[in-house]
Amino acid sequence: MSLQYMGLKDVNGPLIALEGVHGAAYDEIAKICLDDGTVRVGRVVQLDGDRVMLQVFEGTNGISLTNTKTIFSGKPLEIPLATEMLGRVFNGSGKPIDGLGAVFPEKMGDVNGQSLNPVARQYPRNYIHTGISSIDALMTLIRGQKLPIFSGSGLSHNKLAVQIVKQAKLTGEDAGDFAIVFAAMGVQNDVAEYFRRSFVESGAIERVCMFLNLSSDPIIERLLTPLCALTAAEYLAFEKNMHILVIMTDMTSYAEALREFSSSKGEIPGRKGYPGYLYSNLASLYERAGVIHGSSGSVTQIPILTMPNDDITHPIPDLTAYITEGQIVFARELDQKGIYPGLSVLLSLSRLMKDGIGEGYTRGDHSAVSNQLFAAYAKVQDARSLASVIGEEELSETDRAYMRFGNLFEEHFLNQGFDENRSMDETLDLGWDLLCSLPKSELDRIDEKLLNEKYDPARAERFAS
Amino acid sequence: MSNTIYSINGPVVKARKTKDFSMLEMVYVGEKRLIGEVIGVTDDFTTIQVYENTAGLRVGEPIYPTGSPVCANLGPGIISNIFDGIQRPLPDMTKLNGAFVAEGNNLFSLNTEREFDVTVTVKVGDKLKGGDIYCTCPETPLITHKCMVPPNLSGEVTSVVENGKYRVNDTIIKLRTVSGEELPLTMVQKWAIKKSRPILGRLPLSRPLITGQRVIDTIIPIAKGGTAAIPGGFGTGKTMTQHQIAKWCDADIIVYIGCGERGNEMTQVLEEFSELIDPKSNRPLTDRTVLIANTSNMPVAAREASIYTGITLAEYYRDMGYHIAIMADSTSRWAEALREISGRLEEMPAEEGFPAYLPSRLSEFYERAGYVENLNGTEGSVTIIGAVSPQGSDFSEPVTQNTKRFVRCFWALDKSLAYARHYPAIDWNTSYSEYIEDLSDWFNKNVAPDFMELRQEMSNILGEENKLMEIVKLIGADVLPDDQKLTIETAKVIRTGFLQQNAYHKDDTYVPPEKQRNMMKVISTLYHSSLEAIGAGIPLSDVIATGLFDKAVKMKYDIPNDKPTMFDDYLTEIQQKIGTLTV
Repeated sequence: MSLQYMGLKDVNGPLIALEGVHGAAYDEIAKICLDDGTVRVGRVVQLDGDRVMLQVFEGTNGISLTNTKTIFSGKPLEIPLATEMLGRVFNGSGKPIDGLGAVFPEKMGDVNGQSLNPVARQYPRNYIHTGISSIDALMTLIRGQKLPIFSGSGLSHNKLAVQIVKQAKLTGEDAGDFAIVFAAMGVQNDVAEYFRRSFVESGAIERVCMFLNLSSDPIIERLLTPLCALTAAEYLAFEKNMHILVIMTDMTSYAEALREFSSSKGEIPGRKGYPGYLYSNLASLYERAGVIHGSSGSVTQIPILTMPNDDITHPIPDLTAYITEGQIVFARELDQKGIYPGLSVLLSLSRLMKDGIGEGYTRGDHSAVSNQLFAAYAKVQDARSLASVIGEEELSETDRAYMRFGNLFEEHFLNQGFDENRSMDETLDLGWDLLCSLPKSELDRIDEKLLNEKYDPARAERFAS
Repeated sequence: MSNTIYSINGPVVKARKTKDFSMLEMVYVGEKRLIGEVIGVTDDFTTIQVYENTAGLRVGEPIYPTGSPVCANLGPGIISNIFDGIQRPLPDMTKLNGAFVAEGNNLFSLNTEREFDVTVTVKVGDKLKGGDIYCTCPETPLITHKCMVPPNLSGEVTSVVENGKYRVNDTIIKLRTVSGEELPLTMVQKWAIKKSRPILGRLPLSRPLITGQRVIDTIIPIAKGGTAAIPGGFGTGKTMTQHQIAKWCDADIIVYIGCGERGNEMTQVLEEFSELIDPKSNRPLTDRTVLIANTSNMPVAAREASIYTGITLAEYYRDMGYHIAIMADSTSRWAEALREISGRLEEMPAEEGFPAYLPSRLSEFYERAGYVENLNGTEGSVTIIGAVSPQGSDFSEPVTQNTKRFVRCFWALDKSLAYARHYPAIDWNTSYSEYIEDLSDWFNKNVAPDFMELRQEMSNILGEENKLMEIVKLIGADVLPDDQKLTIETAKVIRTGFLQQNAYHKDDTYVPPEKQRNMMKVISTLYHSSLEAIGAGIPLSDVIATGLFDKAVKMKYDIPNDKPTMFDDYLTEIQQKIGTLTV
């Protein structure tokens, strides 16, 4: 029988403090039983002699200094793990909320995880097919990569996430079991419902494990949501040898919850009020992606975040991009032109792409096509800025060709239907068709032989109308 | 109640009412014996930062003093290995704990079972002082390890072993010190990581560190023993630039510190470096590389230590007479670790929450670089190349600004160059090197007498272009006179043909200084011949129609590194084609 501590010393936001406690461990979990019979869960966040500070996952509503009994468990937060988690819905702290009862655990897992030894990692190669041309061709998602989506309020990142979940598949002979872990942090009720409904409608729900923390749910639980999701993902990937894609939205809400928690703890703020350890904290989530020796599974992450005020230098996107292996960035002006998904090609980047594409993975000419599309689209921007100064009529022949190419590229390559699932061949051939609208001499990133084989101005004629 | 844990807050642990600990002493914390370091001592509290995850630690658990500061273990077996921030061998840890890093394993840094082929270089009766070499052994096919008397010791050799196979902890010689004490010396010595190893004196920096990267070697060179910072926002290629330098630079040994960066990047270095063959020695690059990996999800206090561990290893090899280059990626993460610990200690923050001692820590680190005369009379150098990751790509933030004060070489990576896929994205306008004067003699003497002159010319053309582009942006290029258009065209050749370098091309990934000079010569000749032609009234469009400019852009690919004579053909062709143009 473990000791029960009656009452509290103080309550401050999501934190409570007890005094006279002996033998509590840092980071352990405690049960807080209220007089009305409800039980909440807390975690030790600071120890000072016999004074213990706990964060309460469900919030401190209704807690007074006298109406609680606290029991320490002696263990860190663990959640039950099993393959049957796929198809289920959980709350932010890993409790089922779909009315189907508890998960029968094959194993209990500590949500904090441990850091992966860099020597045990295997360098990620081979890709995940999303069926979205801009991503597949220009910022290819590699298995074991962490590739965030930077968006802004009102842009179609949720729609894109759903489309990725619907269409994502592996190719090649080692394409084993593929599943998705979905973590929603601080999303609105109807957005969560939109995700759930879309997964059901597309039939993807069978292979999706959802962790939902809504914007009205307590913030401490929000801090746990990605931990639970990643613990489940690691279990499925490294012990069950599955390929897991983790989608986490919205990281901005997560970081804001962290700031709220930090300030109620009275910590010294760093930039924009975020705690100084925001980088380490985000890294402890993002670094839980990868491929390890001795397991055929992988954990791939797509965290989604909304940039406050569309500012990519805001600490959240900034620190995220320093940790992740590239980024996919939404551009508001493309969205306003009605282009879906309106991704900013020049700001987006996949760092691991170079080793996961080409012969044996996607197609031999992939890197040539994507380099040339990048380079050409970069020149489009130059031509456009020149045109805005001296007018389009004054542009040289080449610059006008680029202007035309830019519009075609946005309209046909970037833009695609929500239900349109393009194969790799379709995407790359489309890229060639567009490149053929430029004069041959401009295609300087493609080697002579390949160019002679593929270049044919007639290919671009279908865009003429 | 003394020597037990009183409070725990993240990586910071405090003990109360004890006088048993000294500043910067290494301690073991808790039943699991986590490694920690004393960072504050007052009458009431001793403050300890713990290098491992503190989850599960309880108030009242014991703290064990060790009596010595956090040390690196220096001896054969360091090269080709990969360590964490406090020099624990990561490959051995996977054997012990599996794929994830577990707490409380106090693995010895070096392999104590491996036998080395030892040659003893002293005999009984020899008088040795600190730094003197007493035995050598091949550590890798490239590096001969030289065991040295620890800097603070001296005495007379009283016994030596036969040459043969020994393990690192075997006694090689015995030394009688002045006080009459007889000390056994093995192949390992300890050195406190926060203290720089003593030297006889510093030498002037007069030799460049050749990296094979044109924009660095030619435009913004760094000296052996110098310091450089590579600041750049995310995606601008800091890591890529460091990888390139680590692969190709002409240092004997590379110490690569992955400080708070991505795990997959370290894996990439591991894989790539073991596959890549160094053309000069025909051995894999791992034979001259030490990796220190403290990835962003590993404990933050060890991240702070990783920088010191790295530089201590570098100084140790410098003492043997080697030239070392340190890649620190990234010093911003290190500064953030300082900030995080400082915040937990509730110290008064200075700028942006960074502690007020950030500048002094940075300068202490960079000052450990240098070209020196060692205690044993050999010469060696430590070059530090530190990446800086400015928050929001804003170079005015504290880490970049303070680093700028302590380094003499600044390679600023530019976002817009990176977006245009111009790599290496080093901005030639805002970057600088204070070593140019110190190094010009070397370049003129060892590469070509006109090297510096050509370099200056390239710089001038680029500077001129920068000014002209202001006009072009407003009114277009058509209105410029032909000689200014020529400047723009030549600058384009310099930018795309010379400064841009393809890390994935077999020849272009590393370009020897001679080829760099020849390329400049071609561009310069092209410029002057064209200028002459224009002066004679020939329109620039005719000059460009010769195709010589396009050819010059491609010469980096078309002329293999081992065929310098081909440049002469280029020069003749330029003279010929432009010479035959008529009005």
